[in-house]
Amino acid sequence: MRNEKTTEEIARGIRARVFEHTIRNNGGYLSQACSAAEQLAFLYNEGLNLGPSTMPMVPPPFGGVPSADNPDYVTGAGYNGPFDAVHDRLFIAPAHYALVAYACLIEVGRMAPEGLGMFNRDGSSVEMIGAEHSPGMEVHNGTLGIGLSTAAGLAWGRKRMGHSGQVCVFMSDGEVQEGQTWEAVQAAAHHGIDNLWAIMDVNRQQCDGAMDEVMTVGDIATKFRDFGAVVAECDAHDLKAMRAARATPHPGRPLIVLAHSRPTQGMESLMSRFPRLHYVRFKSEEERARMNIEIAAELGVAPVALEAH
Amino acid sequence: MEMVNRPYAAAFEAYAVQHPEVLCLSADLTSSCEIDGFRDRHPDQFLSLGMAEQNMLSFAGGLGLAGFRPFLHSFGVFLYRRPYDQLMASVAYPRRKVRLMGFLPGVTTPGGMTHQAIEDISVMRTIPNMTVLEAGDATEVESIVAEADRVDGPVYCRILRGAVPRLFDTPIRIGQMRVLAEGEDVLVVTAGITTEEAIRARGALARAGVSVRHLHLNTLKPFDAAQIVDHAASVRHGVITLENHLVTGGIGSMVAEALAEAGLARRLIRLGLQDTYAHGGSRPYLMKHYGMDALSLVRAVERLTGQATGIDEDALGAVRIDAVHSIVKAEAL
Ligand SMILES: Cc1ncc(C[n+]2csc(CCOP(=O)(O)OP(=O)(O)O)c2C)c(N)n1
Repeated sequence: MRNEKTTEEIARGIRARVFEHTIRNNGGYLSQACSAAEQLAFLYNEGLNLGPSTMPMVPPPFGGVPSADNPDYVTGAGYNGPFDAVHDRLFIAPAHYALVAYACLIEVGRMAPEGLGMFNRDGSSVEMIGAEHSPGMEVHNGTLGIGLSTAAGLAWGRKRMGHSGQVCVFMSDGEVQEGQTWEAVQAAAHHGIDNLWAIMDVNRQQCDGAMDEVMTVGDIATKFRDFGAVVAECDAHDLKAMRAARATPHPGRPLIVLAHSRPTQGMESLMSRFPRLHYVRFKSEEERARMNIEIAAELGVAPVALEAH
Repeated sequence: MEMVNRPYAAAFEAYAVQHPEVLCLSADLTSSCEIDGFRDRHPDQFLSLGMAEQNMLSFAGGLGLAGFRPFLHSFGVFLYRRPYDQLMASVAYPRRKVRLMGFLPGVTTPGGMTHQAIEDISVMRTIPNMTVLEAGDATEVESIVAEADRVDGPVYCRILRGAVPRLFDTPIRIGQMRVLAEGEDVLVVTAGITTEEAIRARGALARAGVSVRHLHLNTLKPFDAAQIVDHAASVRHGVITLENHLVTGGIGSMVAEALAEAGLARRLIRLGLQDTYAHGGSRPYLMKHYGMDALSLVRAVERLTGQATGIDEDALGAVRIDAVHSIVKAEAL
């Protein structure tokens, strides 16, 4: 399903929506929108073969957890289109990127803008840490490092069943600190799982700040290659380069696209907070008001109209 | 009721600087676990292990072998779910003096299933050599640091963060439950955040003429079964446990085991998560949704006594909570 908007426009829309949400709620995963907007826009708008959403535009309320007593349970996978033999599947492995992913769903016409208003509201399925039942989420991933393994298993199964649809994982670079990530690549390479690919937001940030200060991970491209993946690298904000990276042939191996990003792309004013970017909560009303004006100007949108305090 | 801001941060720093063998370990949740100030002021005593919990647990076992007493900081869930095998082999079996500081227990996090430690008590208490503590107020958070470090072996603590109410004026002592009320109709057993709920319910229940005996547990292992049985024997209608956890394997189960082993027949209602995962949402919403709040406790009391109390949400909201300064049994503090 293709959208009328260009991928660039969708990326801009993602940043604007996450910005507005963060200003309104005085907090949000804002820098993830900066680093990942193009990646998610690319995946939904051109990188993946997704069918039309099978879910309502306005997300239904939380409908309970999986249980034998809950036969009507559904995951958020339907927002990514029907699960059939020909279409791709997408896992958002770092579930705290959910806000960015929801904004993307709105931009590509898979969720109504009201959906974002339900973010982190009690009784809503639009959860802060994307849950399996949240829009666009297909499996639970809030515990980082499990996404690629699940995707490898799904991909192996789909291959066995003769599906042409592929399995894609959106990953964060913090995940390379977890041992499981490497076990996943090892298994995918060993079993020749080449209907699996990942795009990783290499923003070099984690909760505590810059990854080099928290736990050095070294040359992850070489590490991934050594574990058996085909690796392609690109500038995460250059869509032409991203397309080329995605097109890298990877017969018999998984493909890992390392998208080198900047955690303040499009919102340079956030640099004043560096390296504390993981979750942006404004320290004062003054900072909030200033960021509202400065970032809006950078994004070319109107500042968010805030209620008087 | 006094609210204390970030009680763990100050208490940990004050204690750790006095004890050079204490090390502060973090798994990329340093400010979330209130140890960012400590990291900045005492970098030599701080070890950043990154988002790699399995390694952190075995690494801590090695530090223990070297004679250090590492305090591991993360969300409770990340200290045992993924690194369970490492916890068993590297920490619990060899009885390393590793202090597991588990933040955001149960439904105190909006992060949903992957972030909510709802079976940690059940898991931890079955591990041989493990001590399990839970802080219920700011005073207990402040005093749990030194108390946990007295343990000759590994210890898991459920820690409250951010703005925490002060309910008690005496420190936590391992093995000493708090007797908060000595009523004769119903025994209520709580721990952690559910104690505040029960105090709220008690205020309204007292006005409705129900006399509640209330125990606050801060030591979940070792578990003082004998005292529980004594208290259960001294009430008319039965026992209610209210926990920020699944009712299986946690406090409800412990009390059931204690009553059964003593051969004491008492009705028991276990409040908490009933064989279900929770989901993301605010703490008050989740406590209400899953029947872990003051009103749920009141309804359970009504079921036990067979008498309606007429208490509703408004009646509970009107209850003022004062610090528990003078408790009935001083020696039980
Ligand atoms: C297994 C596990 N440990 C810890 C956490 C807590 N946590 C959430 S995000 C994060 C790290 C963030 O780094 P990264 O994944 O690179 O995301 P980014 O900084 O780009 O937002 C951590 C430690 C978690 N969700 N899962």
